[in-house]
Amino acid sequence: MGFQYANVLFGLLFGVAFVILNVAVLSRILAPRIKDPAKETTYECGEPAVGSAWVRFDMRFYTVALVFLIFEVEVAFLFPWAAVFHHFSKIGGLFAFLEVFVFVAILGVGLVYCWAKGDLEWVKSTSSGEAAVVPPAPRGELRAP
Amino acid sequence: MNIDFEIIVFYALAATGVVSGAMVLIARDVVRVAFWLLSSLSAVAGLYLHLGADFLGLTQVLVYIGGILVLILFGIMMTQRDPGLVKLERKSTRSMATGVGVSLVLFLVLASVINSVGWASRRPASATPTTQDLGTALLTDYVLPFELISVLLLVVLCGAAYLARRRVEQSHA
Repeated sequence: MGFQYANVLFGLLFGVAFVILNVAVLSRILAPRIKDPAKETTYECGEPAVGSAWVRFDMRFYTVALVFLIFEVEVAFLFPWAAVFHHFSKIGGLFAFLEVFVFVAILGVGLVYCWAKGDLEWVKSTSSGEAAVVPPAPRGELRAP
Repeated sequence: MNIDFEIIVFYALAATGVVSGAMVLIARDVVRVAFWLLSSLSAVAGLYLHLGADFLGLTQVLVYIGGILVLILFGIMMTQRDPGLVKLERKSTRSMATGVGVSLVLFLVLASVINSVGWASRRPASATPTTQDLGTALLTDYVLPFELISVLLLVVLCGAAYLARRRVEQSHA
């Protein structure tokens, strides 16, 4: 046990201490304090914010995130394979390659399904058959369905 | 690194996980609930690492924190109609009783399973990276489960896409 995880722990503590030192300690000591209403805005030297940041996001983000989650789990299973593929390729890597090829191909079917059903389309057609064209969003807001 | 330090790390992680998990239940603001969940899941990932299961710990970070928690935050952003004002309300006594009952049954099932497993009383003396061993297992003894996982993920993918699609159509109609 130990040495690698000690490194991880050290890196973690160093990262936390770095943030706390810079944000909470050093900036308080070094930064000049001049009050200005412009400093209170969301984007201090950018666009003026319009509306609240708490807008409802479009449902289609959710579908994309769901599909992403499945393929993320797939990738998690590919890491152990990738770690030993070099070793297996020396003793006949065709089987190792084919196994993962089948694994990815089965999930490729799912990707094709989502693609064909239009889940990956950004502008979806509605059940009434009309194309649901995204109306121009109000400035600074994402469109809510 | 002596044994005392490891015990301190374990109890720190376990306490973080349990307290954060309790805060998930106690907190009223749904966004705060999500962030307490982040803390709880991180502590569990830390416990995996502490037990020497490095691949499992990092997968926990990748999938649960990087994926599922983001999905939960997406869900919050997409459902809150009156943002910032909606707090989780206290449920009625009846639904509280149902929740407590279900939790109790689940707890008893888990406790009996955990008790019936003969756990190794000590961790492996040396924590070696487990990713290569997992890969070897997936390519030799566990070929069929490996491919079945793919089929399972396919079913989940199609089902999730189907359910999400139905909702989208209803919201447009």
